[in-house]
Amino acid sequence: MSRVTGEAAPEAAADAPGAGHRRELLRQMLLIRRFEEKCVELYSAAEIRGFVHLYIGEEAVAVGVNQALTADDSIVSTYREHGHALVRGIPLDAVMAEMYGKTTGCSRGRGGSMHLFDVRRRFYGGNAIVGGGLPLAIGVALADRMRGEERVTACFFGDGAVAEGEFHECMNLAALWDLPVLFCCENNLYAMGTAVERAQAQTDLALRAGSYGMPAWPVDGMDVTAVEHAARRAAEAVRAGGGPHFLELRTYRFRAHSMYDPELYRDKAEVEQWRHRDPIEMFTRSMREAGELDDTELAAMEDALARQLEASVAAARAAPAEPVEDLTTFVYSPESS
Amino acid sequence: MSTGEQVKTSYREAMRAAIREAMQRDDRVFLMGEDVGRYGGCFAVSLGLLEEFGPERIRDTPLSESAFVGAGIGAAMAGMRPIVEIMTVNFSLLALDQILNNAATLLHMSGGQCNVPLVIRMTTGAGRQVAAQHSHSLEGWYTHVPGIKVLAPATLEDARGMLWPALQDPDPVLIFEHGSLYNMQGVLAADAGPADIRSAKIRRAGGDVSLITYGGTLLKTLSAAEQLRADGIDAEVIDLRSLRPLDDATIMASVARTHRAVIIDEGWRSGSLAAEVSARITEQAFYELDAPVARVCSAEVPMPYPRHLEEAALPQPERIVAAAREVVG
Repeated sequence: MSRVTGEAAPEAAADAPGAGHRRELLRQMLLIRRFEEKCVELYSAAEIRGFVHLYIGEEAVAVGVNQALTADDSIVSTYREHGHALVRGIPLDAVMAEMYGKTTGCSRGRGGSMHLFDVRRRFYGGNAIVGGGLPLAIGVALADRMRGEERVTACFFGDGAVAEGEFHECMNLAALWDLPVLFCCENNLYAMGTAVERAQAQTDLALRAGSYGMPAWPVDGMDVTAVEHAARRAAEAVRAGGGPHFLELRTYRFRAHSMYDPELYRDKAEVEQWRHRDPIEMFTRSMREAGELDDTELAAMEDALARQLEASVAAARAAPAEPVEDLTTFVYSPESS
Repeated sequence: MSTGEQVKTSYREAMRAAIREAMQRDDRVFLMGEDVGRYGGCFAVSLGLLEEFGPERIRDTPLSESAFVGAGIGAAMAGMRPIVEIMTVNFSLLALDQILNNAATLLHMSGGQCNVPLVIRMTTGAGRQVAAQHSHSLEGWYTHVPGIKVLAPATLEDARGMLWPALQDPDPVLIFEHGSLYNMQGVLAADAGPADIRSAKIRRAGGDVSLITYGGTLLKTLSAAEQLRADGIDAEVIDLRSLRPLDDATIMASVARTHRAVIIDEGWRSGSLAAEVSARITEQAFYELDAPVARVCSAEVPMPYPRHLEEAALPQPERIVAAAREVVG
């Protein structure tokens, strides 16, 4: 495939997924949105604690990229990973229980919101050091390469990571070794409170990735269909031995960096403007216009999600907490300690 | 069963033999680091291995400590058994994020799912006049961190024998090779194999004082023990070997026999591994002591370049002898 850097990718030929597929995309985006809205409620009620970084506004990225991955592929994510974890198929109950720090959580409650893991589903966290997940993704991909596996490793990170040294080390290493990594840069324009233009000398992030000799292009991260097309195209190229690819997914975080902040770093008007491009509302509108979704179907979808969420909260509340006597388990493996 | 045959070798060659054996026994094992391949390793440990195993498994990396150490962690997580070489402990600070925030943490943070069966080898220590950015002994820092294990081979047997069990360990293991040891010559059983990596060893038995050390200061301590014999002081020398976890039992049993302890550690004195050993003796064997625990550590200065100043900064046999005499009284 041609190397495209720093410019919009040409329209990829869609594999014309049908209305059923689109309903599933919508359902997954709603699952993330409603899960996180529930988290806000539970956090306010002091049922869950710690840092909770909400993905609200960015759902199209996780859902769109996930369409391009198979169950055999791997994912390395960030501390804003509820969406990636849920669309990966980590059961809602296990994710919710992790928010509660219970033993039924996907990390047995040891990780919390920022450290969701499911190694069986090749979901390698939940990494809360900005840029720190990239070397892990390189390593997972290297292991696949050395064993001749045809897997793709999808590595999610934000625009903030692009300023880290590890980012540049990893771009170089992935390109140098031709590793099967799909870099998914979720550019939500802010590294916590620092706007991209206040932190990056070159704000075209795809251009910077492209300088390492890998195909890289920006994608409208608010448009789930555009994300899916771009991710399919890039993942297929990676899988076919085309080496690492980089997507700059231009998106926006509607909520604070972590639960609450005074948002002194951005205008309310800017947030409002982006809310007009809410990925869920835009997609719902387009489905309605195409006659693929009516009020009854949407209500049924919402109702099912609400029931699943209520059940997951009830299960998490009722789940056992780790006994204090087990405090230091998992520091070393049982067979080595 | 040992054949009894002995071969002349060096610490460097013993380490190389250990890597070779691991590569032959397990095809998940590979070596990765700066100049490990075509250059042959900056201390020539891996010389010839590229020709034997090829560039996929003897993998030269760019100067990207964080990326290649993290890649080792990722590959280990995904089922490989990487050996990552870092040129010196000073450079390992560029990868500290990966070692601490990932390698040491992933198993616990994932609720026991994410094993990191990784071995990281690095050179430590002074004595070669390479000044303040290539000479420090920071292994004590690493021993602060739960989730990793820290080994310090100080003999040919351990250079040959510690790597394989470290690779069998499901958790990350750091191996610190003191730079002054690579040229150490000696004889080793031709069929020398894996060594135990959990216990300290008594390298010289004695009843008057316990000299507790590891790594690059073992030979200096043994030399001090010989000098002390001339004074009629019979010193016991303990080689810690495993710095985390520490083998408390061997240390306390020795102190219970000698009632006196001197700890020799090339790290800086403040917040050192020697401080930890001293605290444990105080906690566990206080009533056995006939004298305060003493420490011989490096002077609290970035390592200077001139030979006489470097020698003055480091633990030397004379200082060990003086400290031992002091506690024996």
